[in-house]
Amino acid sequence: MFNRDRWQEIFETIRKNKLRTFLSGFTVALGIFIFIILFGFGNGLKNTFKEFFLDDATNTIFLFPGRTSEPYQGFKANRRIEFDNSDLADIKENFPFFLEYITPRISRSAVVKYKNEFDNYSTRGVGPAHQFAEKTIIMKGRYINTSDIKNKTKYAVIGRLVARDLFKKEDPIGKFIDVGNSVFKVVGVFQDDGGDNEERFIYIPYTTRQLLEKSNDKIDQIILAFKPQLGHAGSLGFEKKLRTFLKQKKSIAPSDANGIYIRNVADDLKRNQSFASVLQIIVTFVGLGTLIAGIIGISNIMVFVVKERTKELGIRKALGATPKSVIQMILQESIFITTLSGFIGMLIGVLILDNLGETLEDFFIKNPFIDLSTAIGSTLVLIIFGAIAGYIPAKRAASIKPIVALRDE
Amino acid sequence: MIDIKELHKSYKMGNSTLHVLKGLNIRVEEGELVAIMGSSGSGKSTLLNIIGMLDLLDEGTYELDGVMIKDLDETKAAKYRNKFLGFIFQSFNLINYKTALENVSLPLYYQGQGRKERQEKALRYLSSVGLADWATHLPSELSGGQKQRVAIARAMASEPKLLLADEPTGALDTQTSYEVMDLIQKINQEGKTILVVTHEEDIAQMCKRIIRLKDGVIVEDTQVDQILAAQYVQ
Repeated sequence: MFNRDRWQEIFETIRKNKLRTFLSGFTVALGIFIFIILFGFGNGLKNTFKEFFLDDATNTIFLFPGRTSEPYQGFKANRRIEFDNSDLADIKENFPFFLEYITPRISRSAVVKYKNEFDNYSTRGVGPAHQFAEKTIIMKGRYINTSDIKNKTKYAVIGRLVARDLFKKEDPIGKFIDVGNSVFKVVGVFQDDGGDNEERFIYIPYTTRQLLEKSNDKIDQIILAFKPQLGHAGSLGFEKKLRTFLKQKKSIAPSDANGIYIRNVADDLKRNQSFASVLQIIVTFVGLGTLIAGIIGISNIMVFVVKERTKELGIRKALGATPKSVIQMILQESIFITTLSGFIGMLIGVLILDNLGETLEDFFIKNPFIDLSTAIGSTLVLIIFGAIAGYIPAKRAASIKPIVALRDE
Repeated sequence: MIDIKELHKSYKMGNSTLHVLKGLNIRVEEGELVAIMGSSGSGKSTLLNIIGMLDLLDEGTYELDGVMIKDLDETKAAKYRNKFLGFIFQSFNLINYKTALENVSLPLYYQGQGRKERQEKALRYLSSVGLADWATHLPSELSGGQKQRVAIARAMASEPKLLLADEPTGALDTQTSYEVMDLIQKINQEGKTILVVTHEEDIAQMCKRIIRLKDGVIVEDTQVDQILAAQYVQ
C-alpha cells in the first residue's frame, strides 16, 4: 500500500487519463453531495415540523365551554356553558392525584400603545402555570406570579416581537404601556419556539382581566396538565373522569357531546409523532435511494474503466504483471479517487447545508443539517462499495489470459 | 534453449474439438534465429503463444533454459514471462498514454527495479534502437516503424533469454520491414535467441532456420543461408 513506486505509477495513470479520472471522481462527489443535501433538507423539514407541532408541553389538556344540545335537569337545550373561578378550585380539590398544574386563559384583543407606537395585540389573562403549558421562555424580567394573581396587579409580560415593535431598542422592563385604555407595567419579556405569532402575545394576570371587566369571575378556557408518569392511557382516564365531573357540576346531560370540549394534547402528540416518524422514514428512504444510485453510478464507471483498460492490462500481463498486481493497481487507483472526491463532495455538501440556515424557511426547510457521523459514514459506505464495484471487474480482467486481452480491440 | 517434446494442443469449438498442434518436437539452441512459417490455421501462432506462456499446452513437455514449464497459474506465468521472455507483436501493443521511455521501462517496473535504474536502462535500450530523441513522445506521435522499434526496445529491456516476435513486420511496409529485420538480426548477432512467426517468405529468408508448419505438424525444418537485411537499408 505504501510502495512509493506503485503510487507514482498510479499518479501517472491518473494524470494521463484526466477525463476518466474526472468522470469517476465527479460521479462519486455528486452522489455523496446529493445524499448530504437531501438528507439535510429532510432534517430541515423535520425541524419545521417539530416547531409547528411539538413546541408546547405534551401533557396538557385544554377545556373549552360550549353550548348544550340536549335539555337536562330542567334546563333547555342550547344553553351556553361558562367556566368561572370556582371550576379551577374544584378541579384542584378533586383531582390532586392526577393534576400537575392548572391555569385559566382569557383571551382578548386590544390596541396597545407605547409613546407614539401602537398596534393591535392579543392579550391573555393567565395564571403562573401558563408558562409551563406554553413552554414560554423568559428573556428578561419575570413571568406572572401568584402574588400578581392575588393582588390583581397591572403587570404585563410581553412577547419578544411586541418589545421589538413598540420599544425598538429601548429596554421595556419597568416601562408603562397602555393596553386597551388601562396602563400596565412591563415586568418581563419572553420568547417562544412556537414561531412569530406566539411572540406577539401579552400575558397579564387573569384576575386583573376579570377586575377590568366589571370584576366578574368568568374564564374562557382552562388549561391543565396531568402528571407525566400517568402516561397516555392514564391521561385518557383522567380526561374521562374530568368530563363526568364537569358535566355533573354544570348540569349537562351525560350523553351531550357539545356542552364541554376537551382537547388532550397527548392525542395530538401521538398523531404528530407518528407523522414525524413517517417523515423520518421518507428522509431515510430518500437518503438510502440516493446512496444506492451513487453506488450504481460508481459500479458503472468502474466496469467501464476496467473494460477500457482490458488491452492495457493484457500488455502489462505479457510484460510480467501478476494478477495480484493488476487488481491492486486498479483498486488502489479507484479507492484513491473515490476517497478524495467523496470527501470533497461531502465537504461541499456540509458547507452548503451549514450556510443555508433559515434561508429556505419559506419552503418549510429550517436549519437543514446532517450530523458528521452520518456524513462520514455514508461517504465511507460509498468508498467501500466503490472498491467492491471495482474489485469484481478488476479480478475478472486480471484472470483473463493475456492473449485474449491483447486480441481485444 | 527450447526443448519441446510431443506437444499437443486442441481447442473446443462448441461440440467439436479442433486439434491445432499434433505432436510437435522442436529443439532450439541458444543464439538461433528461427522463423516459424505456415499459412493461417497452421498453428504457428498457437505454438508461439505456448512458448510465450500466454497459452497452456494439453500434452507433452516444454523446457525453457533448463526449466520445466508446467503447472502454470497466471501468477507463475507472469513471473516466468517477466524473467525469460520478451514479446514483439504485430500491432506493437504499446500503452498509448505512456511515452516511449515509460513503455520501455514498464517490464523493469514489474521486475521491481528502482525508478532511476529503470529510466537509465530504458533510455539505453531506446538509444540502441535509435530513438533516444523520441523518448518523451507518445506512441500516437510515432510512425509504425518507430513504434515497432520502441516495442523491440521494450522487449529487450528486461534482458530476456528469448525474444518472441509474432508477425513483427505484419503491419509495416517493405522498407520498414527490412529495417526492423535488420534490428532483429543485429540483436541476434549479439547472441540473443529469437523466434519469429511470419508468413512472408523474404522475412523468413532473413532468419537462420525455417520451421514450416502445416495442419499442426512440422513439414520442413531447414537451416538457411541468412540474407542480411542491412543490404536493403540505406
